[in-house]
Amino acid sequence: MGLLSKKDANLILDPLADNNPITIQVLGICSALAITAELKASVVMALSVVFVLGLGNVVISLMRNIIPSKIRIIVQLVVVATLVIIVDQVLKAFAYELSKTLAVFVGLIITNCIIMGRFEAFALGNGPWKSFLDGIGNALGYGVILIIVGFFRELLGSGSLFGIKVLGDPIARTGLYATGYENNGFMILPPAALIVVGLIIWVQRSRNQALIEEN
Amino acid sequence: MSENKLTLKKRLHEIKHRLKGKKIAPAFGAFHTFLYTPDETTHSGSHVRAADDLKRTMNMVILALLPVLLFSFFNTGYQHFAAIDAASGAPRTLDLFGNFLTWENFWLGFVQVMPLVIISYAVGLGVEFIFAIIKGHEVEEGYLVTGMLVPLIIPVDTPLWMLVVAVVFGVVIGKEVFGGTGMNILNPALTIRAFLFFAYPTWMSGDKVWVHGAVDRAGTPDAISGETVLGYLAQNNTFEYSTADMFFGFIPGSVGETSAFLILLGGLFMIFSKIASWRIMVSAVLGSLAMGLIFNWVVDLGWVGESSRFYGLMSFEYWKHLIAGGLAFGIVYMATDPVTGSQTHRGKWIYGFLIGFLSVMIRVFNPAYPEGVFLAILLMNVFAPTIDHYVIRANVKKRLKRFKTATVYPQATDDKAEQLKAETV
Repeated sequence: MGLLSKKDANLILDPLADNNPITIQVLGICSALAITAELKASVVMALSVVFVLGLGNVVISLMRNIIPSKIRIIVQLVVVATLVIIVDQVLKAFAYELSKTLAVFVGLIITNCIIMGRFEAFALGNGPWKSFLDGIGNALGYGVILIIVGFFRELLGSGSLFGIKVLGDPIARTGLYATGYENNGFMILPPAALIVVGLIIWVQRSRNQALIEEN
Repeated sequence: MSENKLTLKKRLHEIKHRLKGKKIAPAFGAFHTFLYTPDETTHSGSHVRAADDLKRTMNMVILALLPVLLFSFFNTGYQHFAAIDAASGAPRTLDLFGNFLTWENFWLGFVQVMPLVIISYAVGLGVEFIFAIIKGHEVEEGYLVTGMLVPLIIPVDTPLWMLVVAVVFGVVIGKEVFGGTGMNILNPALTIRAFLFFAYPTWMSGDKVWVHGAVDRAGTPDAISGETVLGYLAQNNTFEYSTADMFFGFIPGSVGETSAFLILLGGLFMIFSKIASWRIMVSAVLGSLAMGLIFNWVVDLGWVGESSRFYGLMSFEYWKHLIAGGLAFGIVYMATDPVTGSQTHRGKWIYGFLIGFLSVMIRVFNPAYPEGVFLAILLMNVFAPTIDHYVIRANVKKRLKRFKTATVYPQATDDKAEQLKAETV
């Protein structure tokens, strides 16, 4: 990490693992449940959030000294909304089919708790460079979980990855399907995402006992 | 002979002592207590002297399930051959000793059903052993009943690998993550069925899965099929099974759910041996009758005509809901699970009533889920602690009221009331 000081590097690396926004802070669950049935949608959603949170954190950080604290939430909303509209329009222009799959959930990035949370907790009190790193880090932490969940849900639920039928054709019964294998319809349903996220949390906590809360 | 046995017993005891403190110890201990009574006793504290420990309770339920399992062997075979006869244009008429209780039927059913039982036990107990070793606690007997229930509530042709996946899911997600036997919120056997139902719906519904061989023969000249009673009704079709057939269980359906008669016997056995709660059973029956009556009235009043897609199930005589599908099995063996059901007496009445009520409601309003009973029980499993909470609160309130009217000093009452509240919350 010659580019970044250790402190700065931690801003990116921490949210990827030990301070993950989904598995540790349990934020942004709704979109993780809704759009992870396909890996492609997960990746696009992750990239969108990286863009919105990275840029948004910088903008808020630059404005942090001139935002009146009483109306800061409204200002934050305007910033997120602007960035989300950009993402939405880009998707509609260049990936129309995908934007239909993601439907309302791109718009709902505005209400993603991770974004407002980072604005409030970090960007309002730190400089633009650090805020940028923090935004990228948290968005990536969110994205990693989305991609893991999307990977398992699409592989087990539809037998494909990025729409490519990696396990064979379920109708012509080639590949794995020739042995009698069937796609698991449960993985397509939103509750499956909840269970996969739960399993990730389980694995993470059993690998790092320090994360387990005392009760 | 007896000397040999003694040495085996002794040897096992020795091995047990040698393994003490090692990781494998709980697993070996479980295996050991399964064969012999443990040689150690509690040295301190009070202990209750009662013969009906968890293992005994579980064995009683399994005993109540055995007639159902035995019947399912014959019925699986009978339905298979009856479907072949029907497809070839010569439908069978039932003759209990002539063509039902035959060796041929028994053997076919045995070969089809036993693998389900064996897989269910092997995988489920395997998962329990692994968790016991990881967590270092004793293996609990919780899976003994679940393992027997699972094969009885799924279609006979369920592929074995699906059962493996579902059992692993059900035991891990339905039970172990909550802390194992006694801590689970959902009935593990029903969790397994629900998983199968939502993961592999084509293997859990339709007219092909209820009779052995129907899936394999689909699309060939030998094609056979067997629709369940509820399946016929959901499509507003009529069926040829008599009420007696339905009551005694000579109909297609999940492996062990068909015979309401044997389930009734099992239920009575569990009531008289005080294993299962009669309150839950009775109230669940009342609940399903109530919902069935409401639907019958709606039809009688002419609000639902024959053209309605609900007509078939709504006009089904209210009491027949109990002998069709898995309602009877669910009420007797699943709703009465002491871990996931309500614990209070009044709570049991509410819990049971709503299970019956909702089962019939789901059956009628969502023909895609003719087996509404498993969804109803799972839903009420989730609500059972809430029901208990309010029953207990209501009781506390009632007693507080009585306490207030009986006492002379109002000041003291409030303090006492607060204290009581703090104790019970």
